[in-house]
Amino acid sequence: MSDKQLALVIDLNVCVGCHACVTSCKEWNTSGWAGPLTDLSPYGGDPKGVFFNRVQTFECGTFPNTETVHFPKSCLHCEEPPCVPVCPTGASYKRESDGIVLVDYDKCIGCKYCSWSCPYGAREFDEVQGVMKKCTLCVDRIYDTSIPEDRRKPACVLACPPSARIFGDIKDPESEASKAIRENAGFQLMPEWGTQPANHYLPRRKTAMRLHEDELVRADNPLKLEAELPKPAFSSPTVDEMSSW
Amino acid sequence: MRPAFSVLFLTTLIGAGQGLLIALVTGQWYFVIGTGAAHETGKFYGIGAAVSVALLAAGLVASIFHLANPQRGWRAATRWRTSWLSREVIVLPAVMGLAFLYGVTHWFDFNPVLYTFGNQKSLDLTMSVGFLAAGAAGLLFICTGMIYACVKFIREWGSFWTVINYTLMGLSSGFVLAAAYTGASGSPLFGLLAGLGLILTGLGLATKLFHLWRNTRLKPKSTMKSAIGIHHQQIRQVTQGFLGSSFNTTEFVAPGGADAVRALNLAGLLAGFVLPILLLALGWSHGEPPLLWIAVAIQYVGLLAERWAFFAGGNHVQNLYYQRMA
Repeated sequence: MSDKQLALVIDLNVCVGCHACVTSCKEWNTSGWAGPLTDLSPYGGDPKGVFFNRVQTFECGTFPNTETVHFPKSCLHCEEPPCVPVCPTGASYKRESDGIVLVDYDKCIGCKYCSWSCPYGAREFDEVQGVMKKCTLCVDRIYDTSIPEDRRKPACVLACPPSARIFGDIKDPESEASKAIRENAGFQLMPEWGTQPANHYLPRRKTAMRLHEDELVRADNPLKLEAELPKPAFSSPTVDEMSSW
Repeated sequence: MRPAFSVLFLTTLIGAGQGLLIALVTGQWYFVIGTGAAHETGKFYGIGAAVSVALLAAGLVASIFHLANPQRGWRAATRWRTSWLSREVIVLPAVMGLAFLYGVTHWFDFNPVLYTFGNQKSLDLTMSVGFLAAGAAGLLFICTGMIYACVKFIREWGSFWTVINYTLMGLSSGFVLAAAYTGASGSPLFGLLAGLGLILTGLGLATKLFHLWRNTRLKPKSTMKSAIGIHHQQIRQVTQGFLGSSFNTTEFVAPGGADAVRALNLAGLLAGFVLPILLLALGWSHGEPPLLWIAVAIQYVGLLAERWAFFAGGNHVQNLYYQRMA
């Protein structure tokens, strides 16, 4: 395995479920030179289309003790991708240089076998072009030197209004992504399959304020602050054995 | 899962073709190791092998309809080191080629003795090609079965019973076809192949029932908890994120739902196994070869239903993420 693994770290505590990453992803990836992410009857009764990224919403707990979790889902760029070895043509591959899992649209025969071998449902078939599609981590953007350096990030990361998405190399311990995983208990989805997803999620964190009684009533009355300090008794111990203050 | 008709036809047609080929080779071998002087003509094996090649070719044509970009289909032979699908793509033409050779050498009686054993039995060319062809057909059963058995995210498929079942069904349909063929041509092999057909169909029924029973007792390996990593006992999807449909909501669900799967499983068990066993036993004991052709036809339809139910009965892990539109 290479020593670089690009990935997304998604903070479930921050995501508000606005779908800005979904639309931004679709906009960038449908306009690229790799061809459109086709839609079937987009304005009809049952629109069907290809997306690399979806935001789902879950309700956890039982009423009234429930919480809503917005859950963005895209290809996790597994370090042990089960979709890659099953591909009969080699169209599905994982890049040695940066760990991105990609589909070579010129080699894909559209047998859909890779989608059966993904537990996350991250791959979506393009019925018009007849090839399997999936998140590319905006590979046509992150290495584009004609874009200012701070903008060389996946479209979803740039679009996220509350910055719930962090992009970086999770094999580099000093990267923002690695630090976020390390310091905020980042976790992987469905670890039981041994796929080692590179994308991590940061858990929901309840930020509760704990108040103590003595924090509500001030012990030192601020109204007396301007008053003179109390004068100690003449016989009280002193700092220099000469004066009492 | 949504069953693809191209794959249903592929698996049933090539299964019968491979089974027929193995049945022919078994028949020839039976004569070779036997003590009697009975044997079959080259034309008999030639026609049988031609039917086998035709079935395999029809399956290959059906599989092409499964590909969205068949013009690049040749690429599918490149990843045989890791992909069972790629291995199938290589072994299928190999079986077809060997079956063709088997038929041609028999048809033209091109049959030099290759080796004579100490007991005066000899290994001739057609028998050697037959062994190779039967071996390749057996390998193809494993390749095709493993394509489904290695999908661990569909727990109903991810079992070696998938391979055993598929192999037995292919053998069964091939031997029933061979029994009908030998019955119609009045071959001395009729009894052997009808008997083996009965045994294989019975075995297929038993393992199929066991596989169905096993699938009712599966425990899901993934839960909503591990799917989204939230440690709650109660997790309910509010929305899958879109109001239309997508590849994920069409490819991974059974059309008709659990009822259709149950109905077709039952139809598959009856028409694929029980009726052929009855017809085979009747036709064999009463010497009525036409009954065997009816058995072949009914079994083919039954195995199509069985394959449909097998595919539709697979429940993929990814469905955890796609439960509610809104």
